[in-house]
Amino acid sequence: MNDNIHLFKFKDKNILLDVESSSLHIVDDETAKILEDFDGKNDEKIIEKYGEEAKEILEELHYLINENALFAKELTVPENYRPEGIVKSLCLIIAEDCNLACKYCFAGGDYGNENHAKMPPEVAKKAVDFLLKTSPQRKNYEIDFFGGEPLLNMETLKEVTAYARAKEKEHNKNIKLTLTTNGMLLTDEVTEWLNENNISVVLSLDGRKSVHNAMRKDKGGFDTYDKILPKFKKLVNSRNGENYYLRGTYTAKNLDFTEDILSMYNEGFRILSLEPVVAKDADYAITEKDLPQIFNEYEKLVDIYIERKKTGDPFNFFHFNVDLSGGPCLHKRVSACGAGHEYYAVATNGDLYPCHQFVGKDEYKLGTIFDESVKSDIPQKFRNAHIFNKPKCQKCFAKYFCSGGCHANNVNMNGNILEPYEIGCEIQKKRLECALYLATL
Amino acid sequence: MKHIVTVNKGTLADTAKTGGCGNCQASCQSACKTSCTVGNQVCEKNK
Repeated sequence: MNDNIHLFKFKDKNILLDVESSSLHIVDDETAKILEDFDGKNDEKIIEKYGEEAKEILEELHYLINENALFAKELTVPENYRPEGIVKSLCLIIAEDCNLACKYCFAGGDYGNENHAKMPPEVAKKAVDFLLKTSPQRKNYEIDFFGGEPLLNMETLKEVTAYARAKEKEHNKNIKLTLTTNGMLLTDEVTEWLNENNISVVLSLDGRKSVHNAMRKDKGGFDTYDKILPKFKKLVNSRNGENYYLRGTYTAKNLDFTEDILSMYNEGFRILSLEPVVAKDADYAITEKDLPQIFNEYEKLVDIYIERKKTGDPFNFFHFNVDLSGGPCLHKRVSACGAGHEYYAVATNGDLYPCHQFVGKDEYKLGTIFDESVKSDIPQKFRNAHIFNKPKCQKCFAKYFCSGGCHANNVNMNGNILEPYEIGCEIQKKRLECALYLATL
Repeated sequence: MKHIVTVNKGTLADTAKTGGCGNCQASCQSACKTSCTVGNQVCEKNK
């Protein structure tokens, strides 16, 4: 089969993705068979093998080829792809400290910071200045309040939020603020403050009570589910079910994770995300042998997704969202998440890193927000870590949807930013097939 | 067409010329934080 198409069966449908154009078709069984051999030019061979009836199908296939919707020309780096990224997002590590001790935390809760440092307000405000000064040509910016647990440092959160809101008015910009929290410190007052300041929230919950409690204990080793669930419900209700994501992690311990999505749904949440854990040498790490069950689980999730939609009370699942007609441009699709060139993480002391997952790793320090500019060559390395420089991605049908995966995962699992983390790839591909199937309905 | 139904005719190649404004969200910022999913991001160019 031609490398630039991906033909797969999903339930009763043969779904054909033309990789280079991102065109999506449904084909009948006869056409699916012919596509195993058809290369766009070998019509005689096809007719010889499949008979005169194949002519009609070939006519349709040639129509698509002429329309650039089949076997479209391979794309390359866009001519106007900027050699250097322009920073638009910062992840502020508001606290290198946490009040939970989740087993799978990439940062071990505090990024190895023995002092459990909090970001002083002046560092956070300086980060806002750094962003506006570094990239004055941008209209839209994003700042994510992250940790550890950012709500451990309300003083800085309040000061930097007021500062960012004042600066966006002063400079006529949009600064989208997001806060990722474990919910333990979500009081009514904090909830009100988040709503008043239009701060999007990512709420960490792993699904079922037993699953959540097994991984997300507090520092004393106590369960947390019952403490946070009412707080999350209250927050989501107070913002009319909008402007949030309920985000969980699944591990090898809960490969039946559709039950966790259902649990979230049954508790009243409708905007959901569930990510596979990235870990090695742990009893909860996902390995290759888990993949068949994971794939089945995503198919099960598709059924539930459809069923809930039919009942008129649907939910949004982050990885099933795909906008085929008006989605991101090629530049976005090839340049990955933006870490290291459009997106930096700021440690509590103002040090800059490519993203939150690199914080505290000296070899990835880019500089500090107190410098006028970043002088490290690391941003260039990340800017160039685009899809066309990742050899293993060249023949992958998902390349324009995942852009070669998470840089941090690639580094942590393979020691190479250009070498994708394969288990992540397999899961990504399955999720994409699910999303494409849903797009055909 | 009798054998093929086109669900979406992609225009990815066209965006090579028109895209790159960079006003979209950084993809890691939205909900994942551990994976890179760019295909589901929203284009902000004409907003």
